[in-house]
Amino acid sequence: MNTEIIGIVTMFLLTLLLAIPLGRYMGKVYQGEKTWLDPILGPLDKLFFKLGGAKPDRDMTWQQHLLALLTINLVWFLFSMAILMTMGSLPLNPDGNPSMTADLAFNTTISFISNTNLQHYSGESGVSYLGQLVLMLFQFISAGIGMAACAVVFKAMKEKAGDKLGNFYNYFIKSCTRVLLPLSIVVAVLLLINGTPMTFKGKDQFISLQGDTVSVSRGPAAAMVAIKQLGTNGGGFFGVNSAHPLENPNYFTNIIENVSIILIPIALIFTMGFMLKKRRLAWMIFGVMTVGFLLLLVPSVYQEMKGSPAITRLGVTQQLGSMEGKEVRFGPAASAYWGITTTVTSNGSVNAMHDSFTALTGMFCMLGMMVNSFYGGVGVGFLNFYVYIIIAVFISGLMVGRTPEFLGKKIEAKEMKIATIIALLHTFLILAFTALSSHLYAHDPKTYAGWLNNPGYHGFSEMLYEYTSSSANNGSGFEGLGDAVPFWNITCGIVMLLGRYLPIIGPLAIAGILAKKKYVPESAGTLKTDTFTFGAMVFAVIAIVVALSFFPALALGPIAEYFSMK
Amino acid sequence: MSKDKRNAKLFEGSQVRDALKQSFIKLNPRALVHNPVMFTVEIGTAIMLVVCIWVLLGEKSQGSFAYNLIIFLILFITVLFGNFAEAIAEARGKAQADSLRKTRQDTPAKKVFAVGGIFTDEIKIVPSSQLQKGDFFICETGDTIPMDGEIVEGIATIDESAITGESAPVIRESGGDKSSVTGGTKVLSDHIKVKVTTAPGESFLDKMIALVEGASRQKTPNEIALTILLAGFTIIFIIVCVTLKPFGDYANTPITIAAFISLFVCLIPTTIGGLLSAIGIAGMDRALRANVITKSGKAVETAGDIDTLLLDKTGTITIGNRKATNFWPGAGVDENAFVEACVLSSLADETPEGKSIIELAETKGFKKPVLQKDKVTFIEFTAETRSSGVNIGDTRIRKGAYDSIRNKVEKAGNSVSPEMYDRVKVVAANGGTPLVVSNNDVAIGVIELQDIIKPGIHDRFDRLRKMGVKTVMVTGDNPLTAKFIAEKAGVDDFIAEAKPEDKMNYIKKEQTGGKLVAMMGDGTNDAPALAQADVGVAMNSGTQAAKEAGNMVDLDNDPTKLIEIVEIGKQLLMTRGTLTTFSIANDVAKYFAIVPALFIASIPALQGLNIMQLHSPQSAILSAVIFNAIIIPLLIPLALRGVAYKPIGASALLRRNLLIYGLGGVIVPFIGIKLIDMLVSIWF
Repeated sequence: MNTEIIGIVTMFLLTLLLAIPLGRYMGKVYQGEKTWLDPILGPLDKLFFKLGGAKPDRDMTWQQHLLALLTINLVWFLFSMAILMTMGSLPLNPDGNPSMTADLAFNTTISFISNTNLQHYSGESGVSYLGQLVLMLFQFISAGIGMAACAVVFKAMKEKAGDKLGNFYNYFIKSCTRVLLPLSIVVAVLLLINGTPMTFKGKDQFISLQGDTVSVSRGPAAAMVAIKQLGTNGGGFFGVNSAHPLENPNYFTNIIENVSIILIPIALIFTMGFMLKKRRLAWMIFGVMTVGFLLLLVPSVYQEMKGSPAITRLGVTQQLGSMEGKEVRFGPAASAYWGITTTVTSNGSVNAMHDSFTALTGMFCMLGMMVNSFYGGVGVGFLNFYVYIIIAVFISGLMVGRTPEFLGKKIEAKEMKIATIIALLHTFLILAFTALSSHLYAHDPKTYAGWLNNPGYHGFSEMLYEYTSSSANNGSGFEGLGDAVPFWNITCGIVMLLGRYLPIIGPLAIAGILAKKKYVPESAGTLKTDTFTFGAMVFAVIAIVVALSFFPALALGPIAEYFSMK
Repeated sequence: MSKDKRNAKLFEGSQVRDALKQSFIKLNPRALVHNPVMFTVEIGTAIMLVVCIWVLLGEKSQGSFAYNLIIFLILFITVLFGNFAEAIAEARGKAQADSLRKTRQDTPAKKVFAVGGIFTDEIKIVPSSQLQKGDFFICETGDTIPMDGEIVEGIATIDESAITGESAPVIRESGGDKSSVTGGTKVLSDHIKVKVTTAPGESFLDKMIALVEGASRQKTPNEIALTILLAGFTIIFIIVCVTLKPFGDYANTPITIAAFISLFVCLIPTTIGGLLSAIGIAGMDRALRANVITKSGKAVETAGDIDTLLLDKTGTITIGNRKATNFWPGAGVDENAFVEACVLSSLADETPEGKSIIELAETKGFKKPVLQKDKVTFIEFTAETRSSGVNIGDTRIRKGAYDSIRNKVEKAGNSVSPEMYDRVKVVAANGGTPLVVSNNDVAIGVIELQDIIKPGIHDRFDRLRKMGVKTVMVTGDNPLTAKFIAEKAGVDDFIAEAKPEDKMNYIKKEQTGGKLVAMMGDGTNDAPALAQADVGVAMNSGTQAAKEAGNMVDLDNDPTKLIEIVEIGKQLLMTRGTLTTFSIANDVAKYFAIVPALFIASIPALQGLNIMQLHSPQSAILSAVIFNAIIIPLLIPLALRGVAYKPIGASALLRRNLLIYGLGGVIVPFIGIKLIDMLVSIWF
């Protein structure tokens, strides 16, 4: 019991220990300062800039940044569709896996380009190695895009009065080559040492104790697992993700992979602190996020370690806690820790089946994705948090009798309009599409019987979880849902698209507009945003907005399930 | 009198009656659509009316008729309460404006016709309403001034008590900065010719009344931003309620229309939605009660944001004018001779300083000398010489600022002794104003004038500093004197030897640094600075140009009013913010009342969410809707009075308001709904 707790505390402290220096390093990277990796990776950057025809010194306005961001995404979207739909007959396919259907390729492409990595296919049988490599590339691209967008917002927050916010291609390439690539190599090597395969050979075979011949899928997994964890992607190499013994062989790799999940999202907060020279603000943001994270984590760990009340009622003692759908090598605490870390960040890789978590843990996972900014995805998590800060600044500015301002810039109608729309969007996508699927199912349960493994409250949770995961660009699933059908492929695709780009465009626009505004120096009447009080305000705004939006839906899903099992 | 006005009763009987009538008139959807929150409540009410009729016609699935009817009535009352809040704020503002308007009923005007029937400049009596901008009229002793205007000829004492409440008559004369007269005031003596400066219906007061009545009231930028946020919350709850239907279908839980609409109305921020415009109007009304006419609601709001306050020294920081406190004869000059010279030089000096010199001399036993008229020539003060005095025969006595007298003395080949220069410096360093007196171009001594700083002003500046407002003293004094007074009064900065363009430059400099600046002024030469300042308060006694340039007019001509205006602005914003927080925080309890009520019939396990132990689904929903409705009128007094502003620093203020209105907003409805439920459960 206690070792399990110590295990997760160690993971968290280790993350924090690594995140602060990493944050400082990333700050240097985005500010164009010299780093020790320059001599090694400088030529690589130059190569990319030359190939892409980008001028990394050209300063861009926020609109130009958006254009660059969308261009990169569109190009790679077309590229991926082409590969996934033809990979069956392309090289690097030793297992002879088929090409994808159009709707599955659409879902998969959007899923990877939007950093969601919702996988409606299984890695072993659904993609060739070439397909896997393309998907791996996307895990770099989508993470790099998110981090670059975040860097633009940092730059904009720093800007006193101007619209030149650096070069997007520069931020993007540097995010990939200076942060994601080196970290991925380190993580991949550590995984490799612990037994994760890295090969282009096809399935291996062995004869089991029963005498059967068993085929074991393998492939270039270590490289993919590393970036999937680091870039809050979550798209696993194998179908069951990091619950697979080759993808996540032991408790040590579990620590490495789990630290990787929240490393960059936390480090980015400190990057902001360093870039803006506002460390107190960084610690305030970190504090709010951590309080939120712990409020989700602690009861989840408690629930999982306590075991399922349904099993207790059968008279079975659960000394190990609730072990349904969990790996024995990780145990309930590490599984719950992973479950919460992967959902608060938009990672979505799993090391246990979320469908089998106890009712409340399932709800906390959903809440993590509904908030989507307690750390959040690489880059985008901060952008989501930024929107909440804007709303909190506005309300608290009014409460102290002063036109609201954040970092010396006045928040006015235009910014509030954008912030409100973005805050609305997530709620809208999740509830509207869950309503659509509920409506279809409720009126014709026979036709759609294949959707839900468990009808009732849990079935509702499965649908709610799927759209929450899509909108939050998380990618994990309550796998009880039969989701590899056109309805889910297409609706989830749409939700992922909207849930990805609008929440990037919104904060970028707000930051861009604010950057141009006149800077108002602080006075004694200015509300300080780096204080405990303001932190409490931001937390209250997040809690209230999320609670108010999702309470009825959660009441019908996990809460109803919890009370009826009690 | 202005004190009495501020303590006026919150609800006057006649105002309440008027407001009640207005609450019904405002039900018109076209009028209500500008308030998205209340407008959606009205739509919900209309739907409930249809449901009631449907149930009467025999529909069984929607619960009893009585239950639906009660929900309908409560929603209807909710809309009325919202309308009432706005109407009562308007009624109060209007009453205030009306009392001012009474002063300007149609009065006969003696209009001057440039080309008359018999002579030029013929005077005919016409009703004041026929006066046009640019017309001239005459006013004599006992006349009521028919229209706002500017004196072009003559000087008069005027009783302005109808507007300012101040009974002491004031002097207004052509030229200079005190040439403006206001319609409705009374001429007590003399004869003036006045040029009409405003078209009928366009005077400041008319504009103000229109603002309060809503005819021309535009939403301020801040109000717009808040409306967007509230509309956002409303949309979230539309989504929540609409999607609840398929969710309920999935869970095999039929939800009645009454329950849907109740949930929706309870969740949307009706409290702040109903009170929002009342808060804005009450802000202008509070300004009016402080005898300040604002030209827009935005100006009041901006006042709350002011970073820098430019204040004239005289009248604001110091009481009235400087007084002579000491005579310092130069070395070898007989004191009596010196004092006599001082008295002589001040005989024709009508300024308060000049009079105070004679008063001081009288305390030392001097009497006003009798002079032979033919030998005496008085030299008036001019801006060029910056000195005044008297010529008696061959004796030329002059009195003036140190440098002007020094120039004069040095031109004649003499010099000011170092001792005298030291004395000048000592006087100045002690906050006094040194005047040097010369006799036949020889400096003979120094008169010390001292300022008297208003009691309590130091505390007010402290308060402003805590609000984050920087105070700047503007004075014509030399830098040394200015510095002394600035330190003694506790202002943060000062502009010494200020010329009108110095004010302007200072304002521009502050604004380039992103600060918002407020100033008060009266003279025509203040007009550009008043226009440049973010909040420019013109004194009512000031020139028309000044009044046009500023965005507020202070009827009391009280320079300390700026401080009050800043607080009114802050209060306005704070009231909005705290009530928004309160309104949204309320939703937590309402959820815990309604959500279990919706599902408990088909999912009994959700009884676990009914933490208030409400009696039945119907009683829970009714209690929530009733609470939602009655909280609006309960908060009207707060909306009208405004949340108290305490200068304790922004973070402390946020903590305080977050505790009272945020945490309070979470807890209060739990108690309120439970209490109402205990009552409602008798029937449902």
